[in-house]
Amino acid sequence: MSAAIKPMITLEEICTEAEKIRLSNPNLGDTIVSDIYQNAEMIAGPAVSKNSTDSRSWDYKLDDVLTSRLFGYPIMFALLSVIFWITIAGANVPSQMIADTLFAFQDQLLIWFELAGAPTWLTGIVVLGMFRGLAWVIAVMLPPMAIFFPLFTLLEDLGYLPRVAFNLDNMFKKCRACGKQILTMCMGFGCNAAGVVSCRIIDSPRERLIAVLTNNFVPCNGRFPTLIAIATIFMGGMVVSELQTAVASLVVTSLVVLGIFVTFAVSWALSHTLLKGEASSMVLELPPYRKPQLGAIFYRSLIDRTIFVLKRAIIMAAPAGAITWMLANIYIGEISIIGYLAAWLQPFAYAIGLDGFILLAFILGLPANEIVMPILLMCYLSAGQMMEFGTLEELRDILINNNWTWLTAVCTMLFCLLHWPCTTALLSAYKETGSKKWTFLTFLIPTVIAFIVCFIVAQSARLLNLV
Amino acid sequence: MNTALTTIPLSTLGIGSVCQIVSLNLQGLLRRRILDLGMVPGTPVQCIRKSPAGDPVAYMVRDTLIALRSEDASQIHVNPM
Repeated sequence: MSAAIKPMITLEEICTEAEKIRLSNPNLGDTIVSDIYQNAEMIAGPAVSKNSTDSRSWDYKLDDVLTSRLFGYPIMFALLSVIFWITIAGANVPSQMIADTLFAFQDQLLIWFELAGAPTWLTGIVVLGMFRGLAWVIAVMLPPMAIFFPLFTLLEDLGYLPRVAFNLDNMFKKCRACGKQILTMCMGFGCNAAGVVSCRIIDSPRERLIAVLTNNFVPCNGRFPTLIAIATIFMGGMVVSELQTAVASLVVTSLVVLGIFVTFAVSWALSHTLLKGEASSMVLELPPYRKPQLGAIFYRSLIDRTIFVLKRAIIMAAPAGAITWMLANIYIGEISIIGYLAAWLQPFAYAIGLDGFILLAFILGLPANEIVMPILLMCYLSAGQMMEFGTLEELRDILINNNWTWLTAVCTMLFCLLHWPCTTALLSAYKETGSKKWTFLTFLIPTVIAFIVCFIVAQSARLLNLV
Repeated sequence: MNTALTTIPLSTLGIGSVCQIVSLNLQGLLRRRILDLGMVPGTPVQCIRKSPAGDPVAYMVRDTLIALRSEDASQIHVNPM
């Protein structure tokens, strides 16, 4: 070699040079890796003794069932339904207990405020707005989350989720997306913001964007209580009471499946228009099944997830409760501000099977989906405070008194499933994509789809005189 | 021994069959990922199972179960054993 080697100046130049050398010999990388593995084998061979194949054969047997042609998909569906069923059935009683306690405390607060001689507006904003909003969110959200998250973490800990990706990858490939997208969707069940962040596990930038843009179509924990409540009241209400929970969980499961179907459709459409491209490669490791570590499950699901999501909801719900109370209690002439806004939205909302108040609640619920139902109830009750509904029957009465039909219920559930993501999810999308355009599309695509789907459902039902 | 005559793409391997990797006809990130998982030439690979839709397929490599799509597996040339 000649001695005239160009002097290097910057780190960047050194990297470029290194890259050039690496590329000039395409086998260099291979040789290095092979060598590393050879060395590792030499060390591991005599030092590591393998167990009998017992544990592996268990894995094989489990995989034979869980990823089989016949049972693979039905088992996924069944597991999802069972999780919802346990959540719905188990959350009722603790929800009721928390609600009773907190609302009892609210009465006490009212007395204290009165004794202190607080003005009515202050009592209204703090107790009837903020506290009541908080109480509602905690009572409705905490029990289902405390049941749903550990169950889901259990599946995760068992090693089942990679099998779901394995089962579904073919459909994602047909949509020219990545099978790991299902893992980000699973994350989205907990929280769409977390789901968006988890899209980092997808290697191809194009497929990652698809996953970010479609994550909102799996309902997050903030939307489950709304879906569960409406499903229990309207769909469960159609059958005998013993079957109510089962029917409600089936309805929620179907909604989730619909959301997954929409995810596929939108992924496919994006791959053929805005994000054109072929499916890239996918390497998925299927780890052995593990005995779940209960302590770790409870810690992860309760501290990391439940408390995290609840904290966020509380931070959002307190100011939202105050603002909603003000909107509902400041009158211009005969009608409150909320009344004006709802009346203005009414024709538009009616076209998609909702009413002005429902649409307004979804709009005001932009910061956090979990406050949509409390806001809606607050709107309905001209008393101007979020109603404590002791039981689901009382909620049912409130809704029916406000002209809810089965169509309103269906359209509200559909809109809840498909509509725009909350601000936290949008913020995460902005951080992950670093682009205003993609963040805007993350908002726009679900919004447009929600309006179109609800419009079609509402108009067809009315045309066919089903309502 | 003429390996060129006997190599087949990994994707055509039947379930339960064992083979040895001969060469990787892959580029870029995927090549790196595959190598990092220890799928270097000479490594024995066993085809374990297909997913319900027939694709991807799971292979046992160095005691690890790895699923590959057929497009990717077809670029890996192996010697059936």
